[in-house]
Amino acid sequence: MNRTLYDLIGLAAGVAFILALKGLSHPKTARRGNLIGAFGAALATLVVFFHTNEGSSLPLNNLGWILGAIAVGLVIGVPAARKVQMTQMPQLVALFNGVGGGAAALVAIVEYLNLGDTATTAEVIFTVFTVIVGCVSFSGSIITFMKLQELMTTRPVIFPAGRFIIAATLVSVLGVGGWVVNSLGTTPLLILAGLSLLFGILFVLPVGGADVPIVISLLNAFTGLTVAASGYVLDSTLLIIAGTLVGASGTILTRLMAEAMGRSLFGTLFGAFTAKPQDVAAAGEERPVRSGSPDDVAILLNYARRVVIVPGFGLAVAQAQHTVRELADLMISKGIDVAYGIHPVAGRMPGHMNVLLAEANVPYDQLAEMDEVNPTFGQTDVAIVIGANDVVNPAAQTTPGCPIYGMPILEVNNAANIIFLKRSMRPGFAGIENELLYDPKTMLLFGDAKASLTKVVSALKAL
Amino acid sequence: MEPMAIVSIFVLSVFVGFEVVSKVSSTLHTPLMSGANAIHGVILVGAIIVADHSTTNLELGLSVAAIILATINMVGGFVVTDRMLEMFKGNKK
Repeated sequence: MNRTLYDLIGLAAGVAFILALKGLSHPKTARRGNLIGAFGAALATLVVFFHTNEGSSLPLNNLGWILGAIAVGLVIGVPAARKVQMTQMPQLVALFNGVGGGAAALVAIVEYLNLGDTATTAEVIFTVFTVIVGCVSFSGSIITFMKLQELMTTRPVIFPAGRFIIAATLVSVLGVGGWVVNSLGTTPLLILAGLSLLFGILFVLPVGGADVPIVISLLNAFTGLTVAASGYVLDSTLLIIAGTLVGASGTILTRLMAEAMGRSLFGTLFGAFTAKPQDVAAAGEERPVRSGSPDDVAILLNYARRVVIVPGFGLAVAQAQHTVRELADLMISKGIDVAYGIHPVAGRMPGHMNVLLAEANVPYDQLAEMDEVNPTFGQTDVAIVIGANDVVNPAAQTTPGCPIYGMPILEVNNAANIIFLKRSMRPGFAGIENELLYDPKTMLLFGDAKASLTKVVSALKAL
Repeated sequence: MEPMAIVSIFVLSVFVGFEVVSKVSSTLHTPLMSGANAIHGVILVGAIIVADHSTTNLELGLSVAAIILATINMVGGFVVTDRMLEMFKGNKK
């Protein structure tokens, strides 16, 4: 295949990626957008088998290895993506992003070994960039995966003199990067890769639970930029276009997410450098709470005029989205005004709750976004909080210095009654105590959200 | 390639990237991130190119690893995004 045709097909794939991102930005076209993206990627992959640069010939060298490796990737990737539970999707995305970053770093290393002394300075600089950022993205994503999967603590990990260690690591990464550019050797490059992996871990460890989605989005943008840099080294326009698109759109998306959560992007990114060890609040103290039975809850609901349901991660864990819809339908049939109050970052990812409730066919007009629903809590008789915690924690408004201070919350504290469905008294993902649980107008219903809701539904039917 | 051509492609792509996602509702943040994540799986193309170049066992081994990782990123990414978006089906505003 000649170079012009090859480049034209590459251009077509690039256009497909732009259309994909555009489509993914609107609810109606999102699915088609994703398919267009998949088509572009498939096209780009297919065509590379029919093109060689001067000096080599078709079929590609090592063709058996290439096809075998793709088959292995398919066997791992497809079942992982198909079988994953809705609740575990965020960490799977983090993992996919990490392996992409790792792949980019490996590609840069191989090309560097291959070019040897013939590499130009510009090529070496881009290689160094790809290795650093790709490795940071890889190890950082693995840490976010472990945090979300709760394989490690979800709280910020802050150690004494942490910020000096992190700063020192960053300085050494940059120093070794300069060394690679100057002296061109395999050993410095491998040291660079090792230090970058370490920096990725240190960079993500101090990030607290609620900020993890922002970091995933940022690392996603990073990986995009590494792909663009590899495109320069490999002389592939398509990789430059695709990588830059992801880098740019990923940066904007990261900012939008940070805004939706009321977080400062700067604060999140440089949390690693500014985080100070905090006094852990006197946790675990025993204070009285009011817990109720499903019948108590049903009676309260039966005499309510307006009820707002606030879903959170606990709903996703319990897979209770169908049961909650059943409860809502039952209340509506009794003439109660029902709305779902959706916090933009309830769950583990922005939009998590929308996806979950959409699965249960909850009508779109019952979903109220935060700005819509907050002014109505004053007229709300009962707010049912299902497995959510941080997103309704008034500490975000009242306690400066607490990790979620400044995050917009659903102001359920203005409702006449609050019902919390919880598994235990364990604090939320951000690891902060919620004063609302001890409020006299709060009733707690302990247990798995799905089991509890089922009991409430049957109790309400009996009334 | 001409350095100036590369810079032009880069700058224009940055603006297109900014422009296409600038007004997206928070509902779609997760699928959009996941879709963009799948798109950078196109590094698979780069991994195949370096596998073709590979002359030593070390190079080949590293490129095979890169191909496996990139395939997981690309294919897994598109499949998982499709599954997320499947949930939105039939819920037109």
